[in-house]
Amino acid sequence: MSETINWILVLLVLTGFMLLGSSRLAACIRLIAIQGMLLGILALRMQDGQWSAAGALLPLISAVVKGVLLPWLLMRAMREADTVREIEPFISYNLSIIAGAAGLALSLWLGRQLELPNRPPSPLLVPAAFFTSLVGMIVIVSRRKAIAQVLGYLALENGVYAFGAAVAPRLPVLVELGILLDVLVGVFVMGIAIFHISREFNHIDIDKLEALTDRL
Amino acid sequence: MPLILGALLAPLMQSAIIRTKSVMAGRVGPPLLQPYRDLWKLVRKGAVFSETSSWIFQMGPSVGLASIILAMTLIPFGGFAALSSFTGDFILVAYLMALGRFFTVAAALDTGSSFEGMGASREATFSAFAEPAFFLALAALARQTGQVSLGPALAAVSTATWMRAAPTLSLALAALSIIFLSENARIPVDDPATHLELTMIHEVMALDHSGPDLAMIEYGAALKMWLFGAIIVGLTAPWRAGNRWMDTAAALIGMLILGVGTGVIESSMARLRLIRVPQLLLVAIVLSALALAL
Amino acid sequence: MTALLISLLFFGAGAIASLIFANRGRWPTMVGAGGVILGSLCGIVPATRVALGAPAQSLRVAWDVPYGSLYLRLDALAAFFLVPIFVICAVAALYGAEYLATYRGRKALAPPWFFLNVLAASMVTVVLAHNAVLFLMAWETMALSSFFLVTFENEKESTRQAGWIYLVASHIGAAFLLVLFVMLGKENGSLDFDRFTASSGAGTLFVLALVGFGAKAGFVPLHVWLPEAHPAAPSHVSAVMSAVMIKTGIYGLLRILTLLGPPRAWWGWALCAVGLTSGIAGVLLALAQHDLKRLLAYSSVENVGIIALGLGVGIIGLSAGAPFIAVAGFAGALLHVLNHALFKGLLFLDAGNVARGTHTRELDHLGGLLKSMPATGATFLVGAAAISGMPPLNGFVSEFLIYLASFKGAVSGDASSAVPMLAAISGLALIGGLAVVCFTQAFGIVFLGQPRTVHAGEAQEAGRAMLAAGFILAAGCVLVGLFGASVVRSMGPVIRGVTGLPSISVGDSLAQAADSVARVGCFGAGLTALAALIGGARAITLARRSVASAATWDCGYARPSPRMQYTASSFAQPVTETFSMLLRTRQSLHGPQGMFPEGAEFYSRTEDPYQSLIFRPLFRALSRAMATLRPFQQGKVQLYVLYIAATLLVLLLWEVA
Repeated sequence: MSETINWILVLLVLTGFMLLGSSRLAACIRLIAIQGMLLGILALRMQDGQWSAAGALLPLISAVVKGVLLPWLLMRAMREADTVREIEPFISYNLSIIAGAAGLALSLWLGRQLELPNRPPSPLLVPAAFFTSLVGMIVIVSRRKAIAQVLGYLALENGVYAFGAAVAPRLPVLVELGILLDVLVGVFVMGIAIFHISREFNHIDIDKLEALTDRL
Repeated sequence: MPLILGALLAPLMQSAIIRTKSVMAGRVGPPLLQPYRDLWKLVRKGAVFSETSSWIFQMGPSVGLASIILAMTLIPFGGFAALSSFTGDFILVAYLMALGRFFTVAAALDTGSSFEGMGASREATFSAFAEPAFFLALAALARQTGQVSLGPALAAVSTATWMRAAPTLSLALAALSIIFLSENARIPVDDPATHLELTMIHEVMALDHSGPDLAMIEYGAALKMWLFGAIIVGLTAPWRAGNRWMDTAAALIGMLILGVGTGVIESSMARLRLIRVPQLLLVAIVLSALALAL
Repeated sequence: MTALLISLLFFGAGAIASLIFANRGRWPTMVGAGGVILGSLCGIVPATRVALGAPAQSLRVAWDVPYGSLYLRLDALAAFFLVPIFVICAVAALYGAEYLATYRGRKALAPPWFFLNVLAASMVTVVLAHNAVLFLMAWETMALSSFFLVTFENEKESTRQAGWIYLVASHIGAAFLLVLFVMLGKENGSLDFDRFTASSGAGTLFVLALVGFGAKAGFVPLHVWLPEAHPAAPSHVSAVMSAVMIKTGIYGLLRILTLLGPPRAWWGWALCAVGLTSGIAGVLLALAQHDLKRLLAYSSVENVGIIALGLGVGIIGLSAGAPFIAVAGFAGALLHVLNHALFKGLLFLDAGNVARGTHTRELDHLGGLLKSMPATGATFLVGAAAISGMPPLNGFVSEFLIYLASFKGAVSGDASSAVPMLAAISGLALIGGLAVVCFTQAFGIVFLGQPRTVHAGEAQEAGRAMLAAGFILAAGCVLVGLFGASVVRSMGPVIRGVTGLPSISVGDSLAQAADSVARVGCFGAGLTALAALIGGARAITLARRSVASAATWDCGYARPSPRMQYTASSFAQPVTETFSMLLRTRQSLHGPQGMFPEGAEFYSRTEDPYQSLIFRPLFRALSRAMATLRPFQQGKVQLYVLYIAATLLVLLLWEVA
């Protein structure tokens, strides 16, 4: 049982690295979708045999939203915005991966330091969750395209979700649904914003938005 | 025994790859024994040396072949233990291959051709990135089995080890596979069948070698592929029937599968842009580091 | 001990005699080189015997200096460092006798010989000194004499600049050492080393020693003087400095470690971190250089990093109570000290031959020298292969030991002690791989292919003495490589001295490590034999076939010219590109333009990022801050007397109140 969880976590970390290393927006969106699905399976496995309707349904909804709905929205936004499909990072891919490796080391160390109320089913769970959030942050900080920022935000949220699974396998249903809704609305807003920005300015480069500041 | 098997069958693995690629491309492909014929043809030829080159150029292939043969003596295969095995032997394996590389690269620079210089530079660089990945993957294997020697470490991998530590071993295996492709100049790192010198890595270094020297280089490359293949197969085929011949047969089938798999990868993937190759090797390092972290 | 004193006497006599006979043509060379060589030969016998296990000897003479005593002690650790010092000094003197001869008539030759003798004597005293005052005096003499040797060609602006950087760096280091010894002395009431005992603030003392000795050894970021001073100095001096003088920093660190009591694990972590940064930064910067001697200087930084890595692994093993890891780590580090002395000495001497033969050290102006300078080329190949850690040679043996220790640690240790071991393994592997790139580049660009310029085309092979010096060191590289096991087995006394482990566990661990090294040695011999066999078979085969020679196959291009060869910067480009964030290589490119391009130009230059990002801003800020003190410096004697009087008055008042 912990074997499957280990596998999922390893895959989660690997998708994180691929997110840092890949240059195609479409590939990144697919990776985020995979992460969402993985987290769904993870949450299912964490039930530990004590099935309940809410416990089974919630991961399923989350997997569908994160794995299918959001990626579809993003793909659409990308197509609509008709942007260059390269990420165009500020720092090189190699450096992103090295930063990711440093982040992994940091999360492994953190995972060892942190005392949790209940022992997580795998020693890798906390580090993997931290790492996924860190990847999200790296992506948000270092990428130029607005869609990549959304992806970074989603990865961040995935990390938080995994961490939540580590701390409390059973969050109140309402809270979890709330978070999910939050994300959904967030992505909607961003998608619409991106669409409009690209229509106004013909690009979605964040750093070009600097021109909009009031700075003299 | 592993040495003889490797020495005899190594070119066959190459033809397995070629055959797979041909079949996937809908061609018949050359006969399976073609690599042997090529080698024999080259051995019987004379040689042409570049005017700019010196004794380094002539010495390179011999040293390269000698070092890879010695490295082979440290590799177990199937039911047979390695000829020699001692604590830390895989360090020697890696550095023997580095020695071969040192002389191949020097020989390439000796011709004064910028194409060969380019290949030499790429080969040296990419191998420098592959080396940490190789060592870390083996460290993961060593940590799982508690053995700091290649033979015993591979022998200690059993189905039980796989049951216990499947993620670790698979990550190490993935890292080793990337190294296998990159060190043996296969797609997605290097394209052995390309016709444009600018995009080559390994082949371009041998542009000026001819006759027996070229045969030694080709044969050395086949042996090197066999060597990495033997490590990978040793790691992935943990079933021990107890009969050394059956184990060896299983390992041979494993090598065949590896060859076919490589052929499939070569047929279905494009070569990476050169600038992305370090990234792939970096991923191999990360994979093996992750294997250790588990 | 007597023999060592005689050896010091020889150095002294050589120094004075070279000054006395300053104006007599060849005489200063004869007596100067003679003093160094005789002194070294005289000293090497007792040093070797003690290093191999003969009882330690000491000599103590009362001395008027406060807290000082003329206390010399030859124990296994000192003896182990003395052996390379004597070997390299003797070889360098042999080389220098011919190398400096061309300056005769243009420059006074007495000073370099005087200072070389003083340098040799001071290095020997540094290692033997067992009293802090004596140690610091010898340390200072060593720094000053090497400063004067570096500035031998002081008519060049760049040389003077290099000299100043060196002087400042070594005094910053010395300042830390002063604090270190004052703290130790205050605690123990004496400045004799054997009175120092484990004190409360061991951690602070360790950091002070790490910085103070690290500045001499060339740990990053205190290495900035190396790439300036080594290229500026005459080649035999660079060899001495790089091969043995910087190792006195390692010696000092080890000596202090033996005084500080049982080491903490974090010291090992710190040394591993320092070693990894130095190793990787050193080899990367070496790769980006265009000047052969600068390249070698940076590679010294790399090798010092490997030594520090070995020490760090050893200390972690020691603090974790794992004797094998400790012994193999320390043995690897110490053996690398010896090995680096051999191959780096060799490479610097060969670089001197190249500079002498072609009048340039610029990599991209050289090429094809293997034909005009066959002996230099062959020895350089040995040195380059050895420093890249290639199996039949000595560099592999010491790196192998460090790997072995780290792998044992990674396998057996718990998670927290496995991390530095794994870092050491992957770091060593990366350093090793990049060293191959760096030294195939150095050897390939300089010696292979065709001459890129007229200078390189008219290269002259060096003279007999210069070649002999190289051959001695190359033979050393091969011998230590093949008989590494015997060397490792005989390192028991020094390892015992450093680790303080009981002799049984040291012996066991060394025997265990030596077993593997012996196998490696067999493989080295087997490799040589097999390569010879294959080469022979190939020669016989080719003898019966047509062997032609033709222009290089340049993919159909019929008239390749030497200028079309791959250059050093293009060879290093994939690496420098990958690490561009760290190296910050500056490039300027004027590509060919238009239908009939008139000319194109490409230029790349890699500055030391530590120099340009840390030290230059720091010193600029310092000099700006100091400028505010200018008004006090008026140049009037009366004013200075006033300062002195005022200071005395203030001190008096302070004391009374």
